[in-house]
Amino acid sequence: MFDPLQYEFFVRGLIVATLVGALCGLIGVYIVLRRMAYIGHGLSHAVFGGAVVSYVIDLNFFIGASVWGFLSAMLINLTTRKRSIGADAAIGIITTASFALGIALISRTKTATRSFDAALFGNILGVEQSDMYAIAAVTLATFATVIIGYKYLLFTTFEPDVAGFYGVPTGWIDALFALILAATIVVSIQVLGVTMIASAIVIPPVVARLLTNDFGKMMGLSVLIGAFCGLGGIYLSYFVNAASGATVVLFSAALFVVALAYNTARDRIAVMRGKARLHAGSVIAADDSHIGD
Amino acid sequence: MLHPSPHQYEHHEPVVELQSVTCGYGGVAVVEHADLKIARGDFVGLLGPSGSGKTTLLKSILGAADVYEGDVLVNGRSIKDKRPTIGYVPQLETIDWEFPVTVEQVVMMGLIRKNRFFPWFRQEERDHAYSIMERLGIAEFGKRHIRQLSGGQQQRAFLARALVSDPSLLLLDEPTSGVDIKTRDEVMHLLDELNHQDITILLTTHEINAVAAHLPWVVCMNGRIVAEGPPSDVFTPEVLKETYNAEIHITEYQGMKLVAESPHYFGRNDRQNHEHETVAGD
Repeated sequence: MFDPLQYEFFVRGLIVATLVGALCGLIGVYIVLRRMAYIGHGLSHAVFGGAVVSYVIDLNFFIGASVWGFLSAMLINLTTRKRSIGADAAIGIITTASFALGIALISRTKTATRSFDAALFGNILGVEQSDMYAIAAVTLATFATVIIGYKYLLFTTFEPDVAGFYGVPTGWIDALFALILAATIVVSIQVLGVTMIASAIVIPPVVARLLTNDFGKMMGLSVLIGAFCGLGGIYLSYFVNAASGATVVLFSAALFVVALAYNTARDRIAVMRGKARLHAGSVIAADDSHIGD
Repeated sequence: MLHPSPHQYEHHEPVVELQSVTCGYGGVAVVEHADLKIARGDFVGLLGPSGSGKTTLLKSILGAADVYEGDVLVNGRSIKDKRPTIGYVPQLETIDWEFPVTVEQVVMMGLIRKNRFFPWFRQEERDHAYSIMERLGIAEFGKRHIRQLSGGQQQRAFLARALVSDPSLLLLDEPTSGVDIKTRDEVMHLLDELNHQDITILLTTHEINAVAAHLPWVVCMNGRIVAEGPPSDVFTPEVLKETYNAEIHITEYQGMKLVAESPHYFGRNDRQNHEHETVAGD
């Protein structure tokens, strides 16, 4: 049971996966409630393009990819404001173009292909100490930002137009959110890979939403579920001998199925209890109706 | 339905003043050369067909529509200089009822301008929010999810959010749209009460008989302001034709001018219509 804990690289992987899970779970609440689930998937592809460009022009990966991701997210926001283009179309165009740029650059610099495999599919057990510090720093900064901007983010997510009427600087809030989203995706890529990141952003908040109607509780639950999925998925990957990123996703998906089943059963029980109460009420009413006979 | 006599105003300084305003979005003017003064204590309804610029006019007061010409003044100050504190109630139909927020959380959003740099709301702010909810009869539902309320209670929750910052001006975008008759009556009585507590109200509505006919002052719009005044003066076939681009019949009930809606027109040809119907006032 505790065998894997004797390996330092595995323990590091566990810590990192837990942090990334919590981080994606936190950001994911806003993504899911803004009905932009596809942005996680799209932006990770855009960031991949930025990562390749950073490599080609010999720029630090974190800086290059973060700036690229931020600009992509802002571009998506701006494009979405043009009423004739929906958010899904904007995400599709901008992120795919960015990803294609990355692929085109890789095909010109063939030596880079191997080092980008990790970015595409994730390599949590290859995470270095410096990556861990970057992840911890982004996690701390994101949690601090979300706590400080809690009421603004809540209002902007709930009613973006009306929030502006009430004095919320929605443009700045959107820019700030794009920044922390880009940073989250950049530090998560190494762990989960471009192809798997969307599930870490979407599944924990969706599971949390199935369990609560309260925004604050949903955030707390989503963070816990994200951390649990990261931890549990990586731990499980050791025993099933499967790719770490894929195991985290499958573990999260299994949890979603359980939550969905629980939610469905709870709703059915509530309906049955309601019917039973109604039936009991009508029986009592029928009995009462005989009182004056 | 409402208080039989309009609120008697003691103040006549305009709370809202539109000075030949042309406004719209993305370079396209929706409302042209609108002049309007709303005094403190007024209860005004904006009336007109879809696309006539009612909501755009509201948004120009909120600073959310592009003003191409003229100026919008709230409490004597141009909204270009300072964004005014206005209570705004959106159309209920635009709300995402699946969003995980409680009634209390919705109402507290109205206090967002206070304590800008403090992440949470203070206890006194929470108490103030509950006092407003108490006044509107929804305090007991504070912890409930917004979807779990009735239509009237939902409207009260969004009204409470608008009132919690103590605005002197309340703007409502179709507050009775998509609600049943009982809820509509409930909402209009509540607004009437608030108006009698010295809150100036400006609302948009599509409902001529059920809402506009009961207001002390209406403004008819169709890309511009066609006419304004008490319903008894404004509801004439000429004004309504200019507003709606259609012949509209007027009838009277207990001294109140009402529109005679004619669904039986559907399916008939024009000749039959002309043979059997005449327009009131002809």
